[in-house]
Amino acid sequence: MANTYTLISSVTVGSGGTTSIAFSSIPATYTDLVLVLSLRQDQTAANDGQIPAIQFNGSSSNFSSRTLRGTGSAASSFSAITNILTYGSDPSDFTSNTFANTQVYIPNYTSSNNKSFSLDGVTENNATNAQAALQANLWSQTAAITSITLTPFIGGAAVFVQYSTAYLYGISNA
Amino acid sequence: MATKLIVDCSTGETTEVELTAEEVAEREAMAEEYATQKAAEEAQKAADATAKSALLKKLGITQEEARLLLS
Repeated sequence: MANTYTLISSVTVGSGGTTSIAFSSIPATYTDLVLVLSLRQDQTAANDGQIPAIQFNGSSSNFSSRTLRGTGSAASSFSAITNILTYGSDPSDFTSNTFANTQVYIPNYTSSNNKSFSLDGVTENNATNAQAALQANLWSQTAAITSITLTPFIGGAAVFVQYSTAYLYGISNA
Repeated sequence: MATKLIVDCSTGETTEVELTAEEVAEREAMAEEYATQKAAEEAQKAADATAKSALLKKLGITQEEARLLLS
């Protein structure tokens, strides 16, 4: 178990929402990083409002993943070669004022190897169709991670809505 | 005006910055690519449904009967 768990930075989205959240100048002094997210988008589930995208060092390339997911009625798995965080945000047609709960764990973020990372995400919805996902990810790049950016997957004018939050923690000697 | 939030982890400062024209164009391209991909997925789903329906008709069985055959 980690013997330190240090808050590096956090942010709460203000009125009007934001098209992206970026953590820049991430210090290289920790072993692992943990992102704790509570996000909601202004896009419906049909428009993939439950899927944010993640970038490392401004790059959305060289990502791949395998996901195990469950909904109110089915379970399935799939592979992807995009930088998605499955069920990383609540869509706009889920219960008002609810937010997804997501943790992204990024071990050895300064190493010179490719970066594997994991996601554990659940959406919140006062209905049968709430969703959960476990996702194993790989970013096939050897550069140390110095910035992390989150955006709604759909792009365009989509935003993370007010009161969405993102917390970045550093783990030492994990 | 669309904005982005930047948290500088070295100072702890958060700034809200308006997107540049280049960033707006990039996001619009993302949205266009997304719409194209979504339309292709929908078209594939519709084509699969039509093909499935035609096959069931050819075989002279219902969807429920097909499910029983495969169970």
